[in-house]
Amino acid sequence: MSKVIDRPEVAKEQHPVAPLLRMDRIPHIWCPGCGIGTVVKCFATALQETEVDLNKLAIVSGIGCSGRAAGYMKLDGFHTTHGRAIPFATGLKLARPELKVVVFSGDGDLAGIGGNHLIHSARRNQDLMVILVNNFNYAMTGGQNAPTTPTPAKTSTMPYGNFEHPFNVPHLVASCGASYVARWTSLHVRRMTKSFKEALNRKGFRFIEVVTPCATLYARLNKLGLGLDLMRFYHQESEIRNGADTRDVAIGYQSKIICGKFVDEDRPSYLETMHEYYRKVLGDKYVPTPPEGGMLREQN
Amino acid sequence: MKFWRKPLDLDQVVIPHGDVIIIKDRCKGCGFCVEYCPKGVLQMSEEFNIKGYHPPIVVKSGECVNCNLCEMLCPEFAIYSVPAPEDETLGGAEESLSTVEATKEEKTWRRTLRAS
Ligand code: SF4
Ligand code: SF4
Ligand code: SF4
Repeated sequence: MSKVIDRPEVAKEQHPVAPLLRMDRIPHIWCPGCGIGTVVKCFATALQETEVDLNKLAIVSGIGCSGRAAGYMKLDGFHTTHGRAIPFATGLKLARPELKVVVFSGDGDLAGIGGNHLIHSARRNQDLMVILVNNFNYAMTGGQNAPTTPTPAKTSTMPYGNFEHPFNVPHLVASCGASYVARWTSLHVRRMTKSFKEALNRKGFRFIEVVTPCATLYARLNKLGLGLDLMRFYHQESEIRNGADTRDVAIGYQSKIICGKFVDEDRPSYLETMHEYYRKVLGDKYVPTPPEGGMLREQN
Repeated sequence: MKFWRKPLDLDQVVIPHGDVIIIKDRCKGCGFCVEYCPKGVLQMSEEFNIKGYHPPIVVKSGECVNCNLCEMLCPEFAIYSVPAPEDETLGGAEESLSTVEATKEEKTWRRTLRAS
């Protein structure tokens, strides 16, 4: 059989993103109809297309279905304890400022258990790229109510429907000072990939929320059908409104999902602010961390 | 190809042509690729794969435009497209469309699963 494969490094039985995945761990554990795999594929494609130095990139995840991503990607990574992906990534970035640090985790992990870290990281405009996969519940632990569950969706801990007011996460991080905020659904594969590419080359706190179908729990408990039915719903009910005021982008139960790039501002990042401030007050006494100065750089 | 409005540069546009490759045993039958292929190239098959799901099959060979959408949407890394070889562009692309076997690791994984 004659076949031309334009990416010769990819064996026929492999896949274009196989070089970025730990193929010995594939097939992954995600359910049929789950959208997390699509987000991983788009992120891997963004890495390939931006040609970032993979030796200078780290991926950090918390606990949850989406938290498995750090383990499946062939990158330096760490699977932290529940909610602590951002603190771990912050430490990593401050100690090794030359790395690009990406946090890939779920809504329960980042906005629920680790919500405090999320707001403070956004407030400091910490140099992190955060991908929040939002499936509206704590899926891995059995579909409990999450801070993103819309009212009145049913979850396993809210069998009569959720009455708590959910977070509008893009608004939360934007109001704290994040410099890049976007939201897509897992159907917007090209725009999501473009956002990942933009965010990879930016500094400051970059936040991308991706709404994904959770077929096994959220969709089943709310009788919304399969993953494919949720994709069809995104197709009909998502609206792209770039630059929208984040106050207007809250997600209701099965209501319109406003997608787009909401915030894209050039603001000084945490490291820049820190260096600038210490240079001002300490003058010559200040020894900045690498790559601008300090021990590690001299050893390199 | 049907157009809702005839493009002015229609005579200069070269429609790309692709081959879609399905890694059958990795598929979990979610149907995303079948639903969103703009050319209706794929369909869910009746056949079962090793995991017991229905993988997609190619029903309109030669219509694939190598848009990669199925590849981008597939959460299982089970389908991708490559540009079709030039000389097969004018029909006869049938035999270049294929379903391939899973990787060695996945076979090992399967063996472990059966043994346990
Ligand atoms: S439980 Fe939900 S989020 Fe987790 S893998 Fe299954 S479908 Fe995906
Ligand atoms: S590459 Fe595009 S046209 Fe070809 S099968 Fe996939 S989705 Fe359809
Ligand atoms: S998108 Fe992937 S997993 Fe889903 S049916 Fe198509 S090949 Fe199978």
